[in-house]
Amino acid sequence: IKGNRVMIFSKSYCPHSARVKDLFSSLGVECNILELDQVDDGANVQEVLSEITNQRTVPNIFVNKVHMGGCDRTFQAHQSGLLQKLLQEDSAYEYDLIVIGGGSGGLACAQEAAILGKKVMVLDFVVPTPQGTSWGLGGTCVNVGCVPKKLMHQAALLGQELKDARKFGWEYSHQVKHNWETMIEAIQNHIGSLNWGYRLSLREKAVTYVNSYGEFVEHHKIKATNRKGQETYYTARKFVLATGQRPRYLGIPGDKEYCITSDDLFSLPYCPGKTLVVGASYVALECGGFLAGIGLDVTIMVRSILLRGFDQEMAEKVGSYMEQHGVKFLRKFVPVMVQQLEKGSPGKLKVVAKSTEGPETIEEIYNTVLLAIGRASCTRKIGLEKIGVKVNEKSGKIPVNDVEQTNVPYVYAVGDILEGKLELTPIAIQAGKLLARRLFAGSLEKCDYVNVPTTVFTPLEYGWCGLSEEKAIEVHRKENLEVYHTFFWPLEWTVAGRDNNTCYAKIICNKFDNDRVIGFHILGPNAGEITQGFAAAMKCGLTKQQLDDTIGIHPTCGEVFTTLEITKSSGLDITQKGC
Amino acid sequence: MRHLVGSVPQTCPGPSSHLSPLSSAGRQNYDLLVIGGGSGGLACAKEAAQLGKKVAVVDYVEPSPRGTRWGLGGTCVNVGCIPKKLMHQAALLGGMVRDAPHYGWALQPVPHDWTTMAEAVQNHVKSLNWGHRVQLQDRKVTYFNIKASFVDAHMVCGVSKGRKETLLSAEHIVIATGGRPRYPTHIEGALEYGITSDDLFWLKESPGKTLVVGASYVALECAGFLTGLGLDTTVMIRSIPLRGFDQQMSSLVTEYMASQGTRFLRGCTPSRVQRLPDGQLQVTWEDPSSGKEDTGTFNTVLWAIGRIPETRSLNLEKAGVHTSPTSQKILVDAQETTSVPHIYAIGDVAEGRPELTPTAIMAGKLLAQRLCGQSSDVMDYENVPTTVFTPLEYGCVGLSEEEAVARHGEEHVEVYHAYYKPLEFTVAERDASQCYIKMVCLRKPPQLVLGLHFLGPNAGEVTQGFALGIKCGASYAQVMRTVGIHPTCAEEVAKLRISKRSGLDPTVTGC
Repeated sequence: IKGNRVMIFSKSYCPHSARVKDLFSSLGVECNILELDQVDDGANVQEVLSEITNQRTVPNIFVNKVHMGGCDRTFQAHQSGLLQKLLQEDSAYEYDLIVIGGGSGGLACAQEAAILGKKVMVLDFVVPTPQGTSWGLGGTCVNVGCVPKKLMHQAALLGQELKDARKFGWEYSHQVKHNWETMIEAIQNHIGSLNWGYRLSLREKAVTYVNSYGEFVEHHKIKATNRKGQETYYTARKFVLATGQRPRYLGIPGDKEYCITSDDLFSLPYCPGKTLVVGASYVALECGGFLAGIGLDVTIMVRSILLRGFDQEMAEKVGSYMEQHGVKFLRKFVPVMVQQLEKGSPGKLKVVAKSTEGPETIEEIYNTVLLAIGRASCTRKIGLEKIGVKVNEKSGKIPVNDVEQTNVPYVYAVGDILEGKLELTPIAIQAGKLLARRLFAGSLEKCDYVNVPTTVFTPLEYGWCGLSEEKAIEVHRKENLEVYHTFFWPLEWTVAGRDNNTCYAKIICNKFDNDRVIGFHILGPNAGEITQGFAAAMKCGLTKQQLDDTIGIHPTCGEVFTTLEITKSSGLDITQKGC
Repeated sequence: MRHLVGSVPQTCPGPSSHLSPLSSAGRQNYDLLVIGGGSGGLACAKEAAQLGKKVAVVDYVEPSPRGTRWGLGGTCVNVGCIPKKLMHQAALLGGMVRDAPHYGWALQPVPHDWTTMAEAVQNHVKSLNWGHRVQLQDRKVTYFNIKASFVDAHMVCGVSKGRKETLLSAEHIVIATGGRPRYPTHIEGALEYGITSDDLFWLKESPGKTLVVGASYVALECAGFLTGLGLDTTVMIRSIPLRGFDQQMSSLVTEYMASQGTRFLRGCTPSRVQRLPDGQLQVTWEDPSSGKEDTGTFNTVLWAIGRIPETRSLNLEKAGVHTSPTSQKILVDAQETTSVPHIYAIGDVAEGRPELTPTAIMAGKLLAQRLCGQSSDVMDYENVPTTVFTPLEYGCVGLSEEEAVARHGEEHVEVYHAYYKPLEFTVAERDASQCYIKMVCLRKPPQLVLGLHFLGPNAGEVTQGFALGIKCGASYAQVMRTVGIHPTCAEEVAKLRISKRSGLDPTVTGC
């Protein structure tokens, strides 16, 4: 009775009990139900109940420790509004929900819960990087992810557009130089306004925001430590973990002392100069891409393959475009030591790297070394062991069921720390919102992790939805698939004299399911804008026939998908000759 | 000009001479004759040739009143979509040049040189002309650069530039002659001094200060890129802009243009154009609301008041092909067949068809497939997506809000909408007041999507995929269940939560 907001003592065959259960489930209220006919000491429990409540019959209902009565009394209370009032007063805990982590997923969940009338707290604390960088509310996406990344990508694209502009009649003769500080200031100003916007939005929705580091100390109880080391304790009925991830380090001499990560890059107060990017993740390629785009000397050191888990044909095309546009790739090497030769902004670092295939080592001097070798989940130091939340030992990720629930029933998790789910802002937001609605509004809608579209903002953008060709072959077998593909030449690139036979479109169809499109891939300008609508169409079961029946919008890049004719299996030439 | 196997040049019969009906199959030189080498005609001809038919295409560009002419490929390639989008791109690049300093590029404002742009655009168009020639040759389609008119239902007479005549006959004839810009008929000086979109893209020198007359998408697109290239541009509109398009969207389109410096003269009609001694054009117009007359001087007057189908010189009556008395377009059925069973019409010249390149191409291909017995599919003209390449692009598919309400009744329609701010606008400090999306749905669950309207950068790219969604019968719920791609403009479509009916504020709050 004490630990549960709603406690129903019931008998599994009792129709009155069933009515009461239905009522609470229609209100979206979770109940703890004890079926007295199914437990050994049921009779004793009923005896004790009758002593405290003077009621011998079932159902016997308690709401927030208050004895409600039986079925009829509960329904009366529901009609009079007393039940709802009692439900709101949750005296057992200070909060209905505490969300640990103020990133995209956490904030979405907290705000939605608050909109649904719950008392909600968000704990967010950014542990500074080894270089001392920290930031405001909003998590990775806003501060050190999607937002600054896309803006720097845009800065690099503008560099290319400036070159195009001459061909289109805009007259300037001088070499245009890029100023890092101007860009950083503009981007950081925008981020500052977003941080502020989140604060405001939490306040408007009456979500309590605490800028402290959260750690479980016992069940339903968390310790919050602020910057000054002051500790406060809070309790809540439910918890959502949304702590996200942070960049990993190599574990070699000099890495934490001298290297930076994406956590530092977007607010770096000085131009990084000649840069070595270590890694082959999309973060590595995106950062390497825009740094080269604004005119820096960039080398990317890759241990094995580019964009693991992505369609490898597309990944190689992404890489080769970058290579053609000035990014150097060092394949099959790993750094073994970073040494500082000179301090400064930037300084000079010597990097020693070793081949993954032999004894060969190389060394080279760079101004900046950016590590982008992957991200680690922030799940090890938040006291999860105290309450028994299971964490994957190897990955640090948290296994959850299809309603984002951990093995501890009142603890849920969303976002990048979920095992086997996607590390994407929009999916975290969707999962967070839907979770709040299930927890507090009786919704049954689950987050759908299938056919989630995404885009890598490399110099030539790569958008996709559904399966990679490798995965499709693995799941459906090659002989059951038909792959349609083509190169295309954006109209804007013709006059600008940009590469033909570079932009590429590919769809993967399941021949035995009506030629349904199970994979959509595009490499070209505005890939993100193009992919979104096709993702919506894939939600609706898009088939090749429907693609063929749809009229193109002329002249766009997206229209290429309405005229795909050449199959990969035919082996026909897909290069565009002449015009 | 190449002369081909089977085609024997003959002298066209004079107007009075009567040709006996074609009786022997030997006189029918081609399986298929396509009149008009634009998007639709070429697509049809190439498809039929690929399917083994003996095909000829005749194409002839009558010079514009200003003397402008061009090569094979029709309106889209020469004086439409292609040069338009390229000049639009030139204007967009101007905006990017202005954005660049915000992103750290040390660049002063730079001037634009029309000649450089025009030459680059024209060279590209010429390469496309050439490409079309090569493609016809590759597919063994015979091409005649002659102006065609019907002699009878199976025979066409073509006249070359050098007045040489050729007689061609065919089992099936496809008319795909398209349309040309219309000049006003009762305005003094309009024809002598004005130009149209047929000329604009081929100008070697900057048009300078320009008056664009008209409210069509052609008018707004041209005025938009001229403004973007730094020219003083005025649009004179008699009644409403973008008739037939969603009117809320269309007013946002013009509102944005005005904010970018395009001048609008609403409710005015020009009455005469005169050339001043210094070569400038003085335009006089009337403002019916005040009854006053006003004048202005311009370097160029561009008429964009609509297009007329190219049917008048075809001698359609000799073949018995019927046209609409009001539009002069050729009447067709769902199979694209005219009043004469073996004569067809596709593209802009056909009555009731959208004037769009991709629809003409698809209609032409499908027609060829039906003629060759390859398929019985007819063209579906519903839910055709399109994009207007105004400075802020407007992409749409399906019904406008007005049309949805007219068809289903206001109480059965739910409109979801939102203003949004593209991420790239923030750092560039651009105004996003007109970036707006609206999705028109049936109100009854599952709320089938009837129309999508997107105003913002890259609208064409954004709209294409959603057009497919609508083709697949997407519901509002399905679109909402689509996870966004962050950060893009397109993801805003998947986040439309506010219905117009709710009265809630659809504007972006803060950030």
